Amino acid sequence: MTPDVAQHLIILPILLPLVCGALLIPVNESRHRLKFGFNLASVLAQLALALVLLARADGGAWPDGIGVYLAANWAAPFGIALVADRLSALMLLLSALLALAALIYSALRWSRIGVHFHSLFQFLLMGINGAFLTHDLFNLFVFFEVMLAASYGLLLHGYTAARIRAGMHYIAVNLVASLLFLIGVALIYGAAGTLNMADLAARLPNVLPEDLILLKIGAAVLAIAFLVKGAMWPLGFWLPTTYGAASPPVAAMLVLMTKVGAYAILRIWLLVFADDAGTLPGFGFDILLWGGMATIVFGAAGLMSSDSAGRAAGYSATVSSGTLLAVIGYGQPSAVTAGLYYLLGSTLAVGAFVLLIELIERIRKPSAAVLALTMEAFAIEETPDEPVGIGIPAGLAFLGLAFAASALIIAGLPPLSGFVAKFSLFHALLNPDHGAGPGSVAWTLLVLIVLSGFAAIVGLMRFGVRTFWASGAVAAPRLGLTEVLPVSALLLLCVALTVQAGPVFAFLQRTNADLHDTRKYVERVLHERPLPGAAHGGKP
Amino acid sequence: MEAVISIAIGILFASGIWLILRPRSFQVLTGLLLMSYAVNLFIFVMGRLWVNRPPLTLGGGVPDPAAFGDPLPQALVLTAIVIGFATTALYLVVMIGSRGLTGTDHVDGVEDQ
Repeated sequence: MTPDVAQHLIILPILLPLVCGALLIPVNESRHRLKFGFNLASVLAQLALALVLLARADGGAWPDGIGVYLAANWAAPFGIALVADRLSALMLLLSALLALAALIYSALRWSRIGVHFHSLFQFLLMGINGAFLTHDLFNLFVFFEVMLAASYGLLLHGYTAARIRAGMHYIAVNLVASLLFLIGVALIYGAAGTLNMADLAARLPNVLPEDLILLKIGAAVLAIAFLVKGAMWPLGFWLPTTYGAASPPVAAMLVLMTKVGAYAILRIWLLVFADDAGTLPGFGFDILLWGGMATIVFGAAGLMSSDSAGRAAGYSATVSSGTLLAVIGYGQPSAVTAGLYYLLGSTLAVGAFVLLIELIERIRKPSAAVLALTMEAFAIEETPDEPVGIGIPAGLAFLGLAFAASALIIAGLPPLSGFVAKFSLFHALLNPDHGAGPGSVAWTLLVLIVLSGFAAIVGLMRFGVRTFWASGAVAAPRLGLTEVLPVSALLLLCVALTVQAGPVFAFLQRTNADLHDTRKYVERVLHERPLPGAAHGGKP
Repeated sequence: MEAVISIAIGILFASGIWLILRPRSFQVLTGLLLMSYAVNLFIFVMGRLWVNRPPLTLGGGVPDPAAFGDPLPQALVLTAIVIGFATTALYLVVMIGSRGLTGTDHVDGVEDQ
């Protein structure tokens, strides 16, 4: 592959789901095997693309491990630049893995309870992948909107009263957040005159003092929009209800979407408002730190008090999001490495947990009742197959084990990846980079993370005891292979993360070093030359 | 001119905020619309207010930047209008669906007691 062709790999994770989703729209719903096949092929291709991009970013195919794609061949601050570095490639991989699991899970019934599931799924992936790749603030807004519009459709997929109600709130909250996003972007453009992230970082020292306040307000408003997605307290009250109402594969994708907000914060804040240098050193980090801690408390309290497993899953996602934000806000480079590891493990585990909940609910009540209600409301003609054929043997044992494994990871108990993540977080907090002992803030954060782990244990174990040890009420569940497989695969990935913690940490350290070396981004993005072509006066 | 425009945007946005805090879904929708108008105007004026300056260069020689307005906010506002319009229309559909399914236009799907 010549370098020029390989460069186009960067934009493929956006184009592929766009084309696939669009192609699937005219296909009749009755041909769901065909639709599913296309969708699966597209997700598998995205997985392969993510792996290739990861290999290229980490393998030295690009200078500094940063691949820059100039859309429509316009030089960086004028056109839109897409950037594939280690972090973007890693997030692409995470989203492809979770999407694959959610899609396979949906094969048996969830993709068939409404129309256009597969198209919406692909558009959602397009928005998520685009948000991970773009290096332009307004383009980030566009991809957020693509992602959100698809998620509105997916959340309503199945169309029950609970989903409509949750959807109304979710859409209203996100529309307001999008408006705030636009205000933030406009203010930043008005103050700095650019929307390219690297250019913004480069221009920051030259911003006039009277414009600096505008820029600060703009960044703060922008952060509110991201933090609504990332569900920081007090902006995350929409999350538990939405998670509880969504169908399981959609809820798994929503888990990923909260991480997009945290990703945007991580990307922009470390690039533009880096702690050690720049015009606005450490701007907003304190708010992230304290807000993140408040989110942990809120999520832990919610975990203890929630009566349904769906809400408990929502609060686990809130806790994980709060931990991540607090770690970013703590502003210590070595803690961010641990935070990234925590992000990987907790996303996979909460994703597995929301898929698992629906299977567990089958022990307690006949699943047909819920499904019948959905079918009736949607008035769909063809009834999806009940899980038939050879069920998985020892379904109950599988459910119990999988539940225990995901609970262990979410709570951060040994021996799975949750423990490794929390241990490394504590190690980073207790051994600050500057050499002195840990301060009171570090201790507070540490205690809060431990307490949130306890809350998770109490909340999840209470649910487990009520479900699995309720004598007499337990019926052997009928589980399909395509439902068991994705849950097991996600949990096995967490096990692999634990076993391969050494190499993964080495990789994450390189990722983190990239993020903190802002000068490199500015040079790579702004000095990427457009390809010589007809529009630029022919070949040199 | 600046003062008039900023007051207009402020009033639009404030009305929008008041409306989205109301319990009826149609009021919320109207509030979202007003807020998006305010935001579109806001983006537009972030390129500064000029009189008699076209946004695009017409080619032919090196253009004088002082003779032209900033084209970028105008491009941004166009995108923002399209996206805002589409998502608000989507919200309208959900609203009608909710009205049909729950029989009330309260945002929570149940009337206040």
